[in-house]
Amino acid sequence: MSIDQKTLDEIALTRAEYEVLVERLDREPNHLELGIVGLLWSEHCGYQHSKPLLRLFESDAPHVLIGAGKENAGAVDIGDNLAIVMKVESHNHPSAIEPYEGAATGVGGIVRDIFSMGARPIALLNSLFFGPLSDARNRYLYEGVVSGISGYGNCLGIPDVGGQITFADAYSRNPLVNAMCVGIAKHEDVILAQTGESGNVLLLVGADTGRDGIHGATFASVELDTESEERRPAVQVGNPFLEKLLLEACLEAAQTGALVGMQDLGAGGLTSSAIECASNDGTGIDLDVALVPRREDGMTPYEVMLSESQERMLMIVAPENVDKIQSIFDRWDLHSVAIGHVTDDGMARIREKGEIVAEMPVRIITDPPLYRLAGVEDTKMEAIRSSTIDDLDNDPTEKTLLKILNSSNIGDRQSVYQQYDHQVMNNTVVAPGADAAVLRIQGTTKGIALKTDTNGRYCWSNPFIGGAIAVAETARNLICMGARPLALTNCLNFANPEKLEIYYQLEQCILGMQQASNSLSVPVISGNVSLYNESEDGPILPTPLVGMVGLIDNIDKHCTPAFKNAGDLVYVVGSQKLEQDETTLGASEYLSVMQHETKGTPSIDLDLESLIQDFVLKTIDKQLIQSAHDVSDGGIAVAIAESCIWGEIGLSGDTHALNGSKDASLFGEAQSRIVLSVTPENSDQFESLAKEGNIPFFKLGTVQGTNLDLPGIVNLTVDEMTLAWKNALAESVEKR
Amino acid sequence: MRFAVIVFPGTWSDKDCGDVLTNVFHQEVDYVWHKETDLSSYDCAILPGGFSYGDYLRAGAIARFSPVMEQVTQMANDGRLVIGICNGFQILCESGLLPGVLTRNAHLQYRCQWTQLRVENTRLPFTNNCEQDQILKIPISHGEGNYFAPPDILDRLNRNGQIAFRYSNASGNITDEDNPNGSLDNIAGIVNENGNVLGMMPHPERSCEANLGSIDGSFIFESMIDSYLAQQPAKLST
Repeated sequence: MSIDQKTLDEIALTRAEYEVLVERLDREPNHLELGIVGLLWSEHCGYQHSKPLLRLFESDAPHVLIGAGKENAGAVDIGDNLAIVMKVESHNHPSAIEPYEGAATGVGGIVRDIFSMGARPIALLNSLFFGPLSDARNRYLYEGVVSGISGYGNCLGIPDVGGQITFADAYSRNPLVNAMCVGIAKHEDVILAQTGESGNVLLLVGADTGRDGIHGATFASVELDTESEERRPAVQVGNPFLEKLLLEACLEAAQTGALVGMQDLGAGGLTSSAIECASNDGTGIDLDVALVPRREDGMTPYEVMLSESQERMLMIVAPENVDKIQSIFDRWDLHSVAIGHVTDDGMARIREKGEIVAEMPVRIITDPPLYRLAGVEDTKMEAIRSSTIDDLDNDPTEKTLLKILNSSNIGDRQSVYQQYDHQVMNNTVVAPGADAAVLRIQGTTKGIALKTDTNGRYCWSNPFIGGAIAVAETARNLICMGARPLALTNCLNFANPEKLEIYYQLEQCILGMQQASNSLSVPVISGNVSLYNESEDGPILPTPLVGMVGLIDNIDKHCTPAFKNAGDLVYVVGSQKLEQDETTLGASEYLSVMQHETKGTPSIDLDLESLIQDFVLKTIDKQLIQSAHDVSDGGIAVAIAESCIWGEIGLSGDTHALNGSKDASLFGEAQSRIVLSVTPENSDQFESLAKEGNIPFFKLGTVQGTNLDLPGIVNLTVDEMTLAWKNALAESVEKR
Repeated sequence: MRFAVIVFPGTWSDKDCGDVLTNVFHQEVDYVWHKETDLSSYDCAILPGGFSYGDYLRAGAIARFSPVMEQVTQMANDGRLVIGICNGFQILCESGLLPGVLTRNAHLQYRCQWTQLRVENTRLPFTNNCEQDQILKIPISHGEGNYFAPPDILDRLNRNGQIAFRYSNASGNITDEDNPNGSLDNIAGIVNENGNVLGMMPHPERSCEANLGSIDGSFIFESMIDSYLAQQPAKLST
């Protein structure tokens, strides 16, 4: 065979895959055809390594309208004839090279995924992972990413209501930038990525097509290396103003009822957009690249088909409705050009000025070879998990707590959130920073709670448990706001899956997530995979991000994590006593901050988790709860410190005799625990409900005064804790 | 009272303004596309927040050339009410209906946060339901809200009572710590010489419903509605 390695490398196709293609086509592909297939068979578009594993996720439930893998995003019913549409997606590799544009176009892409379904985007969330800010390159990436999200998202008028920001060495030079978008639509307005029947017109709308972003999807499917900087041209440049116009025009077009289908042009550009629509309906497409409006002269068919220019959308419209749709785009001063039509012969046929330049069966090219490997765990992990945790520091507890509150992973994120407009659209009832954000749903009594979360350290130490905890903890966050978890979406960020120990992490995380999602009855309705997150410094931590939406039937009953009034009683549910043993410090934030290492293992009992979540949701609904806050990173000490800081009031603890480790009791991360406060009047009813339900719980103390005071254990003023917590990010830059 | 909420390409607070006027204050509202040229039937024009024309070149610099602006100017000259919020304030300054300019926030970052505004002049149709020095809790959301005017104009603004709001602390003190964007003298909102055109960076439409965190924006909308009604005795009696 004549194909050279350089050509194959350019599109990240293996020689074996090339041979499969030749066999299926029964001929050698031309250059354009090879480019198209390279794109569709990249991990980013074709999910070659992840698809067999993703099939493990449960996606069916009565309220699921569109499940995973079927469309641009998943959708769930929230009653009142309304659907919530959501998805999370990564833009990791582009952000590693060009952080502002990488993050900005990540926002643009996920927003298009949502409005391409006819849904009005109502919220953005971002989960960001960086190396330590003491390093100049990491600071550049961090500041660039945050301002890129701010610059693009704010211009669109979609509130950014939070997410997560995590720092760890493993993300140095390979930051993770995951964006989630949530939209709302009436059931009948939801639009799918489909072609309908032969003869329907392919209408390309929005921006002109340029040479930017060629091989972007392919770039996302290889490891970062010293030559990555040279891939800068593969990073697209965003125009949020154009996206805003496109959003409004597309939603207006969707309202006409005249659209057969809609699909955004994201990774893989026109190639994957048009061909995936045809694949969904078993049809073919016939389009002419000469009709595509261009930004630059002299573009070849290859460049037009593979361009990832932003802010473009493909609409499929019956011939008699083309004028109606085009008049909408005219009013918004946007292009809308018929570039081809749907056929019934199952072929993807690309022309240039009428002459055929590529022609392949859709079925063959949308069915990439899939790989199910036998993952093998890295042999060192067993020893890391079973190593004992006993050499704890002897610092005064006050010093330790202040140090943890002042650490980059625990401290206040307000300096980031205030760069995002989190209020526009007038729905934000609980702003970023709490366990989850809460939005009201106008025209109803309802609200939704939104959260993205994961813990890479847990997943590295024990991928199955880490995956399960990612789901359980995100659900617990929603529960704390009084929301019933409805569905989850995910973004699976891993290193190179062709390495068996990485594949093992991917597989085990998915299995753990799947088990928790079943136990807690939270179906997986959409997802995205970002693999090859690996630089010369090594792989990232396995980071399966979970994004979740929960429903609050009556928005007035929502709960928040801040302590409210002096005299309220503070309880911990999920545990019978404050004391915890050292194993609960496994893979904890405490070990990371105090000892700069990860050892031991997290653990979770999903039955207990389910019991606690149901109980807390029920008591919030009965309006017995004043505040609820999840115990997670930094353990119970950080949870109560935060409730004090947010409530600007102290906590006076009961006496808790500790026989074992004080640090494990305060900073251990035993799962399934929630700190609640209850008025004295409601405390009897609360306690009897807990006993009735066999809920393990204990009373920790009373909300009052100016100090967090657990007698004989820790005593700090709320003011000094607040100062340490608020200055954490700024000071982590200074700690060079 | 009939409100025209002007929609430029890139505007995004149009619906927030319209919803609040309709649902909270029960007024008549039309969304008016920037290419329209007849505002004769409206009592008030609202230029909402957003990024008109992407804020390319300079915030508000392109929107001022939209066809609708001729009629907005006409309304201002007629003595009808015009209020520019956030991007609307920037457009009013660019079009010369208000003096001064809004430059990039001094710290060069976008800011979305709650602010406290001290009401500086309660004789305006936008503030006459407020007490002198009342503190209003209203949020900002902008990257270019740093108000600047040369000394002679600032002097005139002060003398004429054209400064409507200043960023302050909860006790009404004007401090640097409470200035979120570096604005000259903590200026958050100003009116024209006739007092019928208001520009303000904070978003009153985001603070008219208790579950969104404040209802202090209501003072501004209610002042406008009451001022309008007070000027319409003939209509009311017929």
